[in-house]
Amino acid sequence: MSFIAKPKVIHPQSPRNELGLTVRDYEGGMSTLCAGCGHDSVTGAIVQAVFELSIPPHRMAKLSGIGCSSKTPAYFVKESHGFNTVHGRMPSVASGANAANSDLWYIGVSGDGDSLSIGLGQFCHAIRRNVNMLYIIENNGVYGLTKGQFSASADLGSKAKKGAENQQPPIDPCRMAISMGAGFVARSFSGDKEQLLPLIKAGLSHKGFAVIDVISPCVTFNDHEGSTKSYEYTRQHFHPAIQANYVPPSEEIKVQYKAGEAMPVTLHDGSQIILRKVAGKYDPTDRASIYSYLEQHQQAGEVITGLLYYDDSLKEMHDLSNIVDEPLSTVDHSDLCPGNDALQVLQNVWR
Amino acid sequence: MQPTDITNPDYFHKVVDCQTGCPAHTDVPGYIRLIAQGRFSDAYLLNRRTNVFPGVLGRVCDRPCEPACRRGRIDEEPVAICRLKRVAADLRDNIRDRLPPVPAQKSGKRIALVGAGCASLAVANDLMPLGHEIVIYEAQDTPGGLMRTNIPSFRLPEDVLDEEIAQIVDMGVDLRLGTKVESLKALLGEGYDAIFIGSGAPKGKNLEIPGRYESDRIHIGIEWLESIAFEHIDSVGQNVLIIGVGNTAMDCCRSSLRLGAKNVKVMARKPRAFFKASEWELKDAEEENVEIVVNHSPKEFVIEAGKLVGMKFELMEYDLDEQGKIVAQRITGETVVPCDDVVLAIGQDNAFPWIERDLGIDFDKWDVPVVDPVTYESGCRGVFFGGDAAFGPKNIIWAVEHGHQAAISIHKHCRGEDVADRLKDGMHLSSAKMGIHEWSYSNSYDVAERTLVPHLSLLERFKNLDFEVELGFDAERAVREVERCLNCDQQTVFTADLCIECDACIDVCPVKCLTMTQNGDEADLRERLTTPARNLEQDLYVSAALPQTSRVMVKDEDLCVHCGLCAERCPTAAWDMQKFTLAVPYAIDENVPPKPELIARKWGT
Repeated sequence: MSFIAKPKVIHPQSPRNELGLTVRDYEGGMSTLCAGCGHDSVTGAIVQAVFELSIPPHRMAKLSGIGCSSKTPAYFVKESHGFNTVHGRMPSVASGANAANSDLWYIGVSGDGDSLSIGLGQFCHAIRRNVNMLYIIENNGVYGLTKGQFSASADLGSKAKKGAENQQPPIDPCRMAISMGAGFVARSFSGDKEQLLPLIKAGLSHKGFAVIDVISPCVTFNDHEGSTKSYEYTRQHFHPAIQANYVPPSEEIKVQYKAGEAMPVTLHDGSQIILRKVAGKYDPTDRASIYSYLEQHQQAGEVITGLLYYDDSLKEMHDLSNIVDEPLSTVDHSDLCPGNDALQVLQNVWR
Repeated sequence: MQPTDITNPDYFHKVVDCQTGCPAHTDVPGYIRLIAQGRFSDAYLLNRRTNVFPGVLGRVCDRPCEPACRRGRIDEEPVAICRLKRVAADLRDNIRDRLPPVPAQKSGKRIALVGAGCASLAVANDLMPLGHEIVIYEAQDTPGGLMRTNIPSFRLPEDVLDEEIAQIVDMGVDLRLGTKVESLKALLGEGYDAIFIGSGAPKGKNLEIPGRYESDRIHIGIEWLESIAFEHIDSVGQNVLIIGVGNTAMDCCRSSLRLGAKNVKVMARKPRAFFKASEWELKDAEEENVEIVVNHSPKEFVIEAGKLVGMKFELMEYDLDEQGKIVAQRITGETVVPCDDVVLAIGQDNAFPWIERDLGIDFDKWDVPVVDPVTYESGCRGVFFGGDAAFGPKNIIWAVEHGHQAAISIHKHCRGEDVADRLKDGMHLSSAKMGIHEWSYSNSYDVAERTLVPHLSLLERFKNLDFEVELGFDAERAVREVERCLNCDQQTVFTADLCIECDACIDVCPVKCLTMTQNGDEADLRERLTTPARNLEQDLYVSAALPQTSRVMVKDEDLCVHCGLCAERCPTAAWDMQKFTLAVPYAIDENVPPKPELIARKWGT
């Protein structure tokens, strides 16, 4: 970690967003992760995305569990709400917070250990509930905080730093999320901000659970030859299937796409995601074909990236539960908890 | 773009804005770090290597380094470089025994220097340690030239000047005071091996308008200041008008106040944007309640009964274009401003009545000798010029640099070598890394604003002409000010082969000056950076193609605060902070070529 604070100087020509803030206003504390950690780069992309979306910092809640990845909410948007939960339990706390106040922007940051080992069940059920949040998995294939043991996302045959090969099959969070019924499933790479940035913006704007599995190399324990989650390996085996461009509500779509080449999707807030096919026959709305496509290419060692699956027809948690539009946190207490008399009336209905 | 050639000293030299801005290339970050460490004598000597008169220049330098300072582009006020220089001079120990030794064995070469001003003294300073015999001819009874006669002692105390001149003269210079050179031809006849002319630009410009010669209360600025310096004048009328707004005008108005004037006006023909005086000199004058009046063009002196009673001005109006240039002017009226004295400070001319025109020295249409801009040799072989005598009025620091260059030429000339075949600048880079995230310099950015210099109170300062107005920084203030320095000589050095393209440097950079992108031509790249690089005076540092994606790393040098965070966050040390030392050759280096690494070690901070 660095001993000095990041200097409080800004470039005089720094762009400002609709709120008059600069990108520096969306930063957090100085990172204490290893120099060169992919997670810091994801943090950089989150900062840029939130800045570009002009989200008021105090209207945002950032949540995480335990692990290197889960330290990162300390490094972005310092003036937002935050909750650092017990290991693997971030989805529960996020669900609870979202239930109480649906009016915040929720961003959860987790890792392959936090989400695919100890928190796997939590992760699955948050998807099923379709909690309105962006869920980022910073996936590096190892337990960095405990000195580099293979995690549940390590590929078969991937080598540890000292040469041991991984023998257990990996859990792919994207395929799992698609099978659980998530409406927004993407994969990206910390070393490719051009792809990652629009995905984060689209994920935040999507109403419902949006998961982005970000390959984020562990520079200390998993960036060597033989690793399948190193910077170099990921760059060599990186295959975008679908390119997603995010277009904010105020902007017109200027580029013209041929029919069948691109698919514009309008989000609830009027913004749009333009999905452009990069790989031949890939269809981001056809679950069955995506499944086999991912299976096939992952067998070949390829890292398929982009907005892999998209379905905007799903109801999110509040709609599913018939909750009022107004955030519960602002509903008057006497309405929220009308007292014993009202309870008796309700119970009489069932007698 | 092609990868930047960082082995060329010019590239990193340019990044050190102050050092580039200084005509003599003083190692500013180097000496101010020495000041912060309390190594005042070392700081003084490092200064003296390049600018010869740190005590003088620490007070009255025109400080081209400060407008160039990177800090000024970040929080508007540059580091108070000039005032820090003075701290080194004020707080140092006796350094006489650390000055370059003069060999007992002489070279047998005799060199005449005309004028004992800063240019000639700089030549003597460089040539005495080489064993040459130096004779300086000076018309006045004291050495120092314009430093003594033109700069009032409330800005530059006499003892400071005397001491720094003595450091040079005491090396054994044959200083012949009160000896005016009347003929260059005669001087050439005395058998010198080389002659250097550093006689300055000693003639103030006149203003030929009606009434000019009808009163003895109309003075030429530099002559008037000289008379004050030599105590021939000790009073002035109550109401004084200064014509002109250069730095000499500022010295004239402030001197008037000290001689008893109560109401001093500086009269300018044009608006403030066109003033020649440095901003800080204007400020200092205005602080003393000098009124600066714009758009008044002198028309005539008003004389009544043989006495100067006022001056008539035409009131001017100007039309400016978008760039602020005057496109039209007109007279809108006239006014008379009453006064007792008028001082003309509208510029200086060179004067060479003593140089015969048949010696091979060409003169241009302003009667300035034609001099080679690199060697400072004139059309007459073995005759060199420097200071204001060479290219018209400039300032002390330029004159010192001319002196250094002329000294190299003179030494080569004396050895029968080609004066144009000169040593080139050298450089040395050494890593500033001291440990994990520890550097050999203070890399944290200090948000402090520019430290103000204490001044003598307005009541005190007018009691005596010699009371120095600026009191200088004490050690504590100096340290605070040094912390504002961005250490631009601690260069960000990039090794493309080591980069794994993790983005860490780009994310951490506080001023967003780094970008990894596809290569392109310069205009295209400048627009595609994280923050577009629109200051075209500052270079882009472009790497070789990166190993994994063949993109390039581009750094916009403009606003880098040299905090070193790119290097701290780099997992492979592809970025490193390295101390850059520029080795500028001097005359003495002609004998033994300079070793940049030795200079770096000797003056290391």
